[in-house]
Amino acid sequence: MAERVILEVENLETRLGGERRLLGRARPPVRAVAGVSLALRENEILGIVGESGCGKSTLGRTILGIQRETAGTIRLDGRTVSGLGPREARRARRDIQYLHQDAAAALDPWWSIGRSLEEALVISGVGPRAERRARIDRMLAAVGLEPALRRRYPHELSGGQLRRVTLARVLVLAPRIVILDEPTSGLDLSVQATVLGLIRALLTEFRLTYLFISHDLSVVRQMCDRIAIMYLGRIVELADARRLFETPAHPYTRMLLEAAPRLATGQDLGALPIHGEPPSPTAVPSGCAFRTRCPHAVALCAEALPELEPVADGRAVACHRWRDLGAAPVASA
Amino acid sequence: MSDDPVLAVDGLKISIATDDGPARVLDHVDLRIPRGRIAGVVGESGCGKSTLVRAILGILPRAARVERGRILLGGEDLLRLSQRELTRRIRGKEISFVPQDPYLALNPVFTVGTQLLEIMRWHAGAGGNGDAGRRGHRARLVDLLRAVQIPDPEVALERYPHQFSGGQRQRLLIAGALACRPRLVIADEPTSALDVTTQLQILRLLRDLATRFGVSMLFVTHDFGVVAQLCDEVMVMYAGQSVEAGRTAEILDRPRHPYTQMLIACHPDRARDLTGIPGTVASPLAPPPGCRFHPRCPSARAVCSAARPGAVVEAAGHEVSCVLYPGPSLRG
Repeated sequence: MAERVILEVENLETRLGGERRLLGRARPPVRAVAGVSLALRENEILGIVGESGCGKSTLGRTILGIQRETAGTIRLDGRTVSGLGPREARRARRDIQYLHQDAAAALDPWWSIGRSLEEALVISGVGPRAERRARIDRMLAAVGLEPALRRRYPHELSGGQLRRVTLARVLVLAPRIVILDEPTSGLDLSVQATVLGLIRALLTEFRLTYLFISHDLSVVRQMCDRIAIMYLGRIVELADARRLFETPAHPYTRMLLEAAPRLATGQDLGALPIHGEPPSPTAVPSGCAFRTRCPHAVALCAEALPELEPVADGRAVACHRWRDLGAAPVASA
Repeated sequence: MSDDPVLAVDGLKISIATDDGPARVLDHVDLRIPRGRIAGVVGESGCGKSTLVRAILGILPRAARVERGRILLGGEDLLRLSQRELTRRIRGKEISFVPQDPYLALNPVFTVGTQLLEIMRWHAGAGGNGDAGRRGHRARLVDLLRAVQIPDPEVALERYPHQFSGGQRQRLLIAGALACRPRLVIADEPTSALDVTTQLQILRLLRDLATRFGVSMLFVTHDFGVVAQLCDEVMVMYAGQSVEAGRTAEILDRPRHPYTQMLIACHPDRARDLTGIPGTVASPLAPPPGCRFHPRCPSARAVCSAARPGAVVEAAGHEVSCVLYPGPSLRG
């Protein structure tokens, strides 16, 4: 399927920190996103996966526009929406909305659900009141909640209901792209299943496009069309979800897939070669950032940064050695 | 099962007094941990996992009341011991604990060595704390840090918690849990704050240590994937009742109880249609009578609300409490 590209990100870079404090030394800046390029196709679910500190949330926040990029371009429908100040950036990217990972923290405990939902519409200038109400009721129904819930408060709702409310709040704004940041973190397995089912149903119903940020490989495998694996600010591999899981090409992807808990019996914990912990984002190794943990690293890996190069079947890999290693199935996947 | 388990929980029933009346948090829980094995307890929030752990450790809240049941550690009923005996003899010594959040469990103002040695000093008693005893503690602790793969153990003892990463802190806490040669280590979601690659390293470490030191382990989790990676046995809980228990492969590949079946079907590795389990967990203030899963169970019959069915052996090392399996009853 040659799907239309809706969002394009080119060499995006976001630095965090680095500002001088009144007292004490300046903190070294962290390149949380260090040159990311990707294209989001209309109506797809693109997964962004990586361990904490890999920059996946910062990438999402930069695309949304609440974090300003320090370099690179973002194009929405071919129109450049980067290089703007915070207000203009959000105005230009109104089609992009964000689902916060902590639903309880995203809602004001003193406000009724109806008021929280209406605020989003007031801010985006939707009026009059009757129209706002109608939209809210329609979206509450779309996420499987009763309209009467408008009068309730966050503490009266369960985790699954709160997640639905935050989904409704995003959807009343009629977005085209939704950035889902760990949308099921903290939910029980049975609730997670229904929320994921709902997220997928809404994709079809409102013809949405998702950037699905998660560290849970089982969830990503089930939900996403394509998956990008991030390590210390860069995408190291991007591929069709099925191909990525069947034949991971980058050594980090392989390590991640092998380490991830799976619902399969007869796994041998001792067989998997996992080394070290991710280095601090303030001290990223030279060349390929993964080389310090990579069992296949050679001298070249410390000298040159491997580019994310397109391979076959829409796959892209950033590794000097992937051709020598070959994309082989993971032992027990 | 023939050989004596290290820990046996029999028909545990606990309620906690609240302003709205008693919350019946545990209704009937059976658990057996064979010697040298790693047993998992799985269940969703509100199933009573934490209350079970607190009951075993003897740290139930003041408002809690044990209405029925026994907790046998090597044949001795822990519920009959005084707090003094539990503190002196059991907690930290016979049974130790690895907490969920390695960032909260260590005191930031003391060195790691001070904190870990304190555990050993506390349990060594009057005789074991002379100069020789102290040197012995330190030597043993250095060995343990080596066993949990902390680099430079001697130096590590002089450092403060913030100088370690999350994974390393969890290793330190595991060393602390092993310090007094416990019979049972209870680990409450010890890897849920960690990344998957670090998690795997910790799980592997726990498995190695269980074998090497011959300790039994109770591993509390909500993650079936982690159970599959680590546990020999698993017990599934729903709303304060143990519903099914057995060898991990048995439970994961051939779940019998409708709740276990539906829960496993919700796992993204197995789920096909993402429907979840209809309904919600009942409040412990007004739990449904009989099998507490019956209001959500597609196979429920009239008899399900009459009484909780006793555990029945369905296969070797596989017990289930459900009227669908009317085998010979084991326990009440």
